[in-house]
Amino acid sequence: MSAAKVEATVPDKPVEDEPQVISVVSLKTPVLLTVVAVALLAAVLLGSQAGDTTFRLSTRSDFFELPEITVPAEGTALGAVVVMLLLAAESWRRYATRKRTPGWVAAVYAVVGLVGFLSWAAAGGTVPVVGLLAGALALAVPLVFGALGGVLGERAGIVNIAIDGQLLAGAFAAALVGSVAGSVWAGVLGAMVAGVVVALILGVFAISCYVDQVIVGVVLNVLVIGVTSFMFTQVLAPNTAELNTPPRFSAWAIPVLGDIPLVGPILFRQTPIVYLLYVAVAVVTYALYRTRWGLRVRAVGEHPKAADTVGINVNRTRYRTVLIAGAIAGTGGAFYTLVSVSQFNREMTGGAGYIALAAVIFGKWDPIRATLAALLFGFASNLQGVLSVLGSPVPAQFMLMLPYVVTVFAVAGLVGKSRAPAAVGLPYRKG
Amino acid sequence: MSDEKPDLSQDQPAQPDRPRASGGVDEKADPGAQNSPPAELEHVVRPRRQQQWHTVVRSITTGNALVAVLAVFLAVVVGSLMIMFTDEDVRASASYFFSRPGDFFAESRVAIEGAYTALFRGSIYNTRAEDFATGIRPLTETLKFAGPLIAAGLGVGLAFRAGMFNIGGRGQMLLAGGASGYVAINAGLPGPLLLVAAVLAGMVAGGIWAGIAGLLKARTGAHEVIVTIMLNYIGFYLLFYALSKQGWLQAPGSVNPKSQAMPEDAVMPRLLGDRYNLHLGFLLALVAVAVVWWLLNRSALGYRFRAVGENPNAARTAGIDVGRTYVVVMLIAGSLVGLAGANQVLGTVPSGVTTDLDAGIGFDAITVALLGRSHPLGILAAGLLFGAFKAGGFSMQASEGIPVDIVLVIQSLIVLFIAAPPLVRALFRLPTKEAV
Amino acid sequence: MQLTLRDITKRFGSLVANDRISLTVEPGEIHCLLGENGAGKSTLMNVLYGLYQADEGEILLDGEPRKFSGPGDAIAAGIGMVHQHFMLVPVFTVAENVMLGNESTGLAGSLDLDAARRRVREISERFGFHVSPDAVVEDLPVGVQQRVEIIKALSRDAKVLVFDEPTAVLTPQETDELMQIMRQLRESGVAIVFITHKLREVREVADRITVIRLGKVVGEASPKASNAELASLMVGRPVELTVHKDPPRLGDDALVVEGLTVADETGLVHVNDLSFTVRGGEVLAVAGVQGNGQTELTEALLGLQQHVLGSIRLDGHELVGRGVRSILDAGVGFVPEDRQVDGLVGTFSIAENLMLDRSFGKPFVQLGAVDRGRLRAFAETKLKEYDIRAPGIGTKAGNLSGGNQQKVVVARELSKDLRLLVAAQPTRGVDVGSIEFIHQQIVAARDSGIPVVVVSTELDEVVALADRIMVLYRGQVVGIVPADTPRDVLGLMMTGERPTEVVA
Repeated sequence: MSAAKVEATVPDKPVEDEPQVISVVSLKTPVLLTVVAVALLAAVLLGSQAGDTTFRLSTRSDFFELPEITVPAEGTALGAVVVMLLLAAESWRRYATRKRTPGWVAAVYAVVGLVGFLSWAAAGGTVPVVGLLAGALALAVPLVFGALGGVLGERAGIVNIAIDGQLLAGAFAAALVGSVAGSVWAGVLGAMVAGVVVALILGVFAISCYVDQVIVGVVLNVLVIGVTSFMFTQVLAPNTAELNTPPRFSAWAIPVLGDIPLVGPILFRQTPIVYLLYVAVAVVTYALYRTRWGLRVRAVGEHPKAADTVGINVNRTRYRTVLIAGAIAGTGGAFYTLVSVSQFNREMTGGAGYIALAAVIFGKWDPIRATLAALLFGFASNLQGVLSVLGSPVPAQFMLMLPYVVTVFAVAGLVGKSRAPAAVGLPYRKG
Repeated sequence: MSDEKPDLSQDQPAQPDRPRASGGVDEKADPGAQNSPPAELEHVVRPRRQQQWHTVVRSITTGNALVAVLAVFLAVVVGSLMIMFTDEDVRASASYFFSRPGDFFAESRVAIEGAYTALFRGSIYNTRAEDFATGIRPLTETLKFAGPLIAAGLGVGLAFRAGMFNIGGRGQMLLAGGASGYVAINAGLPGPLLLVAAVLAGMVAGGIWAGIAGLLKARTGAHEVIVTIMLNYIGFYLLFYALSKQGWLQAPGSVNPKSQAMPEDAVMPRLLGDRYNLHLGFLLALVAVAVVWWLLNRSALGYRFRAVGENPNAARTAGIDVGRTYVVVMLIAGSLVGLAGANQVLGTVPSGVTTDLDAGIGFDAITVALLGRSHPLGILAAGLLFGAFKAGGFSMQASEGIPVDIVLVIQSLIVLFIAAPPLVRALFRLPTKEAV
Repeated sequence: MQLTLRDITKRFGSLVANDRISLTVEPGEIHCLLGENGAGKSTLMNVLYGLYQADEGEILLDGEPRKFSGPGDAIAAGIGMVHQHFMLVPVFTVAENVMLGNESTGLAGSLDLDAARRRVREISERFGFHVSPDAVVEDLPVGVQQRVEIIKALSRDAKVLVFDEPTAVLTPQETDELMQIMRQLRESGVAIVFITHKLREVREVADRITVIRLGKVVGEASPKASNAELASLMVGRPVELTVHKDPPRLGDDALVVEGLTVADETGLVHVNDLSFTVRGGEVLAVAGVQGNGQTELTEALLGLQQHVLGSIRLDGHELVGRGVRSILDAGVGFVPEDRQVDGLVGTFSIAENLMLDRSFGKPFVQLGAVDRGRLRAFAETKLKEYDIRAPGIGTKAGNLSGGNQQKVVVARELSKDLRLLVAAQPTRGVDVGSIEFIHQQIVAARDSGIPVVVVSTELDEVVALADRIMVLYRGQVVGIVPADTPRDVLGLMMTGERPTEVVA
């Protein structure tokens, strides 16, 4: 027995009661910052651009006119690269000392990089800042609606890959109903109903039949493409005048607000559907965080069983939320046929729903942030359009690629860790 | 984002207070059964490390054939209704339905019958043909269409078995087609070597493109669904750029985004003589079926794919590098999809590379894989069925004026119904599945 | 309020989870429901709470038959439940959790959070809970989370309160506090149902005891009955509560851990500067309340953790920085704490599961292909050797009972050329027969001269298996003490108190 004699060992330092934190840093940020700066440097050095670039901050019709800003193209770009490289170096320094790169570094980096890129790409021309931003907002409209719908669904625990289908169905219904009723608002209503119908199918399969939500979503998108294309060829195209000539929303300047320099022309001289968007963002945000309904939606998405045990009907809550989300996403579809083009075409959303989905993740499942993310994607798309007019040295295809590349970076977590609602994607089965 | 460790408050101890049969084997009730055991409740509470995929993979890879048949039937019925209600004559007769309902039904029958006989004539045997050799031509067309669907379907299905949802078929096919075309035009190899090199180039390109999604998932946790979709667009614009640039892929002297035709040596030989379009691509797809079958059911690599797909946590704990497995499976999956791309450029449409060379196959492959339940033989069958739909769909459009999009509708409905056996059972009042 | 369950029967397919169970609980009484894991206690309570519908039988409150189609009905009728797995939304605050499902609202459907905060404070003060209404639940210690559960039930005016295995996640001290709370609630006239399988607790607090086995009531017992009496009633035969093992024959220092620190993605430290040594032929049992770094420690030993500082040497070879596969190949056997998540592929057959950690080469893989004949033979042998009750080696692991699943894992991990065995919660959710068998296997591994690390939150298991006990608290070693250290000392150590005064 003596061999088994055991001595007690007790460390002599005190036991810590508070949670300890050491810093864990990732290589992602410094690497990304360096790569982008070097890429811009390479672009400037290879594609030499002489001349000056002018940034125009107002439109001609403005009440107050802001002065134009003119800068030397290459000098500004190179200056921007230098600042970017310095910021990247700062990021590396922090990595070496096991510290995170703070948000302001990334933010300054992004703004400087953008200005540098614009002045290089638009050398010898004028960048219409107002048009660039106002157009970005307009292009982002369906993305924001889609992203709002996505946020709502995911907060309730339902992954909505079918945003694209809802947008497309909304566009189709808006064109059809708008043409028949001869009213834009009837078109919007039709779009909402179409979005709800797609959401209902999603609900039946994902909530009631426990089918995997990603699969249902992907297949629903294909189904909507099939149905709308079929109906387009079979019914709409032969009767274009009666069935596929919806009225269009026209821009509507809000008095006073629309006259504010810079901000007015960007935000308050838009079509009513954009104003509807402002309302939607505000209402969704308020409802999600401040109301009983929102509390229950979030509970159902985080811990459905906990919600069930306090008497909340999980699946009914999910259905309701997904249907509302469908109506919102459908409204976004109306933008295509009632604002941007006044007729429906097959597959006209061009996969915008997927970008909206990326905005949801990019925006960390928060309505405001998702909206901002969607606006960023809108900006990237519009930048391409503006630059192609200015004759940019970057091939059009690469500019067109930009939003998608940004999305890949976004979902690869280069925007920091984010946490999805805990029960997202999991069907809830009651015992 | 998905393989984070859960917070401790949710990291429940097991001790599930579940009833246990004395024999030692739990009577595992079917998920569709009305009474599921209490263990099911634990499922939702279980932290996210219990990947949802593993239930997905299971629901996709199991299930019975009857449901599959009924799902196809149901989808065809819905398709018929769509044809019926959009047919001009039927609608005309519907306007006086109450005075002469017979007309409505007769017209409906004419429309539907017309559609499906056209479908049959276009996909299996043309009953109006003079001789057998001409009559059987549609069947060879079906096989021709089935080839790339099977290859790409294998790519999607294989990735699925390892828990990866590969929606990037389109991008993988486009880049593969571009690479195949480039090698075929520029490599200058003698005889059959050129074809071999061109096919391999396509497979490598497809593999790399898919591998990016695998790598990002492994390294950063980026959800492959989003990444592969984005890579579709990026791939499209890359190919578009290459096709618009002299010295890259654009045909010399041309301003259109299209390459020159494939040289004779690089074109896949036709299998049944010049009378039929069926080419080597279909045989390659069959070989791919056999290879993937062996890979999944016999090889150690396939065993690891399945382990990762079914339970990545257990796989990781058992020393399997889950991230590397994601990369490897995507490389192989992409090369299978790439085979489909090579098949298009070198076999079906050798007249030159274009940005629509994928012909929707990239997305059809998803439905093929889902219908085939990600099993190689199932994918073979599903690929043949959808090949028939494709061949028949075009003849339906040509002879009956029914848009080929109806095929898309039917395909997606089939997959939806198959994914939801309870729904199909309810519709046909089948008994719920007791122990299989 | 008096609660009566009369002839409750609940079936799942061919299984009878509850077989004509009857039970009466008087107001101001603590009624213990005692039974093994899987005896049907939780099912019964889920029937009471409206989560399941009984196939037969009825529920009476003060003699009135009631029908609950969902938890909402049960709550409205005055039934509250403190769940085994807390039914709290981790990212919500205490107030939000308490108000959920019972929200008071103001203008435009806006939440009246102030009312909820007041309610939390009021109840918290009445029972001395010290719970802040604005704390986020996931940041709270488990003991406090449990109080939030109790507040939640009380805020809905529960007259019957069910505690489902409430002590599983608590330290002995927290358990004592909970007992005190239960007595306090009893005094205020609440009828309490206390579900547990821990005899000590039953004897301490129960007014009446009902024992359930295999879904049936097998008897009532007095709180004065002995442990052995209660245990044999519960299990159906006399049980041995100890594991027979010889004194250890100690070898050299085999596993040497120095300054081990493990952090997660966010930098939160779960294992803090840990140092210990395990000699060959010795069982080091790691004790502590769930969530004090045990999971991270075992995962770090296996190379599963990303952010690891310090050193882990096995037979002189450094393990930190090596991949899982390389560590497994070095001869580490690992029984993970949650077999269904980390130990098994449920859809794989028993045979396939037995080769899970050896899919790269010999003996089961040759030239890239699985040697199916060899695997089959191996599986057949292990099925017999480990007494795995299954129709055959082709049976899906997911269809096995917990005990048999665990035997598959243990069989796999012990069938290698072992240099170290790490077993986390080796008998959690396992039936008594399998527990004995698995304990014997662990002791046999130790007797063959390899070092063994056993992690368990069950003090009984720790004491039964250990040659030495290491107590963890918040990721730190509180002390490494002999196996015969008194339980109350171990309990104190589990709350972070250094045992210096007690150990001479």
